[in-house]
Amino acid sequence: MVNGAGMSLVGAVLFGLGVVGFLTRRNLIVMFLSTEVMFQGVLVNLIAMGMRWGDLQGQAFGVFVLVIAAVEAGLGLAIVVMLFRRRGTLDAERWNTLRG
Amino acid sequence: MTLKTLAICIPLLPAAGAVLVGLIGLRGLRSRSHWLVIAGVGAALVAATMLFDRVRSHADDAQPTAQTITIYEWFNTGDTAGSWFDVEFLVDPLTCVMLLTVLSVSLLVVIYSVGYMRDHHGQPERGYERFFAFLGLFVFSMCTLVLAGNFLLLYLGWELVGLCSYLLIGFYYDKPAAAQAAKKAFLVNRIGDFGFGLGILLIYLRCGDLSYDHVFSAAGMQQLAGYETIVALLLFCGAVGKSAQLPLHVWLPDAMEGPTPVSALIHAATMVTAGVYMVARCSVIFAASPVAMWVVACIGAATALFAATIAVTQYDMKRILAYSTISQLGYMFLGLGVGAFDSAIFHLFTHAFFKACLFLGAGSVMHAMAGVIDIRRFGGLAKGMKVTAATFWIGGLALAGFPLLAGFWSKDEIVAAALHSQAPWLGWIALLTALMTAFYTFRMIFIAFHGPERLPNTVDRVHENGRWVTIPLIVLAVGAVGAGYLGFPPHQGGLHGFLEPVFRAAQPKLAVSASDAPHDGHLLLYVSAGISILGIWAAWYIYRRRPTVAGAAASGAASLHRMVYNKYFVDEAYDVGIVQPLRKLGRFCHGVDRFFINAILWVITAVPRAVGFGLRGMQQGSMQGYAMGMVVGVIAIVIWMLIRMAGGDAGELAAISQG
Repeated sequence: MVNGAGMSLVGAVLFGLGVVGFLTRRNLIVMFLSTEVMFQGVLVNLIAMGMRWGDLQGQAFGVFVLVIAAVEAGLGLAIVVMLFRRRGTLDAERWNTLRG
Repeated sequence: MTLKTLAICIPLLPAAGAVLVGLIGLRGLRSRSHWLVIAGVGAALVAATMLFDRVRSHADDAQPTAQTITIYEWFNTGDTAGSWFDVEFLVDPLTCVMLLTVLSVSLLVVIYSVGYMRDHHGQPERGYERFFAFLGLFVFSMCTLVLAGNFLLLYLGWELVGLCSYLLIGFYYDKPAAAQAAKKAFLVNRIGDFGFGLGILLIYLRCGDLSYDHVFSAAGMQQLAGYETIVALLLFCGAVGKSAQLPLHVWLPDAMEGPTPVSALIHAATMVTAGVYMVARCSVIFAASPVAMWVVACIGAATALFAATIAVTQYDMKRILAYSTISQLGYMFLGLGVGAFDSAIFHLFTHAFFKACLFLGAGSVMHAMAGVIDIRRFGGLAKGMKVTAATFWIGGLALAGFPLLAGFWSKDEIVAAALHSQAPWLGWIALLTALMTAFYTFRMIFIAFHGPERLPNTVDRVHENGRWVTIPLIVLAVGAVGAGYLGFPPHQGGLHGFLEPVFRAAQPKLAVSASDAPHDGHLLLYVSAGISILGIWAAWYIYRRRPTVAGAAASGAASLHRMVYNKYFVDEAYDVGIVQPLRKLGRFCHGVDRFFINAILWVITAVPRAVGFGLRGMQQGSMQGYAMGMVVGVIAIVIWMLIRMAGGDAGELAAISQG
């Protein structure tokens, strides 16, 4: 039997790991993976809340989010590839041309 | 065809030609562009002839000769009768005479342009199709002006012909003098049109309607009572600008920078006579105000004399003719001012033919002389250019008022009317002007066409122009002889009888009616014939017989000659009195804008600029920096919410955390 509060905790941990990864790593692909991890954390939370309130909407939403996450992952990776072709590096610090 | 269809066809056919040439001229037609415009203007001339025939047959049947035709409702601004503005045409004898004058001269000028707007290899000039499109547009505008049945449409046509004039004066827009002249014509006309617009507004305020039917009726004049003088003078302002009378005459001589066919059509035969037409159209209003009539007559007489003196001293053939046009327009206004409305229109009609003939002749000379138009640089052209010289002679004789030619009959009527008015000295001025007219016309003819042959360096041999040029000249020369007989015998001719219904309403209001004046036999005819011949003889004597006399006279009265040669320094006076102060005002305003308004704006914009300067440091351009900010912000908001919930509603928080 899975505990609802435990699932929420797993989701929160996943999200926290993603945030930390995004903030600390400089590699664009790793940063992108970190955002995916945050995404999954939220997804787990959605399902946990669905269980908590006895409502299938949470799971239905989860399925939708999975599809969107897949599409978004393809798009994001394509952007990363394009960026790499431009500069030949994956260092996020090199992409700071919007500095005020 | 109904009268309505005919009336619509007249302006629209030339417009259709112009629009088509404008659309496909550059791509498809090119050197064949003229056919569409010739067809449009020719068809309009046929329609105008049919219209004339209808109106004349109405006159025979003793039906009312004036008919207002409503084409469609233009716009309305309310529910009362006066707030409807229609596109309506007034068809009456005056309209017919104007339409026939405008369209026949236009057709001849368009045909002439086919030969004229070409270089020496017979290739069309640059902008050939543009030229014909503008000419068609002008004919449309002028027909609209003449046909208009209310003041609003009149004003529209008035501005449209002004626009066409601007476009055609500036036809050679890469020539600075032409661009300047176009601007000058437009601006000077603006001054007159401002008064004209005010006059129309005042009519609307008093009458509540702009339709001629209403304004010129007894009821309309009743509503205008007490305002006739100011309305007439304001309307006359527009006429002064458009017809180049003193003191707004300065634009017309400069307008000669345009192509010569344009000078002939717009700046001699038709557009500049719009002022005369307008005053004649509003004869009821003018006749009701002796003061306005007096002003019109005085300005006309003064302009006639003033412009004639300048013409005597000029050397540029087209400018001589331009001053001559101003002078002849002065005659027409003199005629209007002394109440001889029909004589003024008669003179307008004959003048259109002989002046167009003269201008086109000057164009022919200019074309043969490779663009040179200064009569000091060529002479003795009569042998090489027989047709041009002969038609120029006929036009010149008509302008000089030589007996039995067109100008003789029409000019004489105006002089007679002026002599019988309350101020006979106006007639004496007119006679003096006639003498000078004959003199300057034949001065030009004797210098340019007779004596030993002199040519500019760029021309090897005099050659006559092709048929496109000579045939319109011959037709116009025939008109310059024959047009006068439509008004023969004096004061009782066919033209006068035809126009009589138009001015019937104005006649009783005149202090001295021109038609009541005793026509004292033939004495005046002999006198003016003698004056004309005297002027021609003087020109012959001074410029052919004793060529040294002119130089001696000029140096004898050097300061007088210098003043007249420089056109009485009117342009210079306007420059000092108006242009320079306005330029100074402009500079002052520019300074205010730059140092005062801009300073205020700088202060106001300094606030966001300073804030931005302070905040721009936050924009690092690093993704992780932004993400950090977001996370910190979210955490802060969550903590704040928790604290608020803890403080505000502890029970709710407990319920959530218990799960």
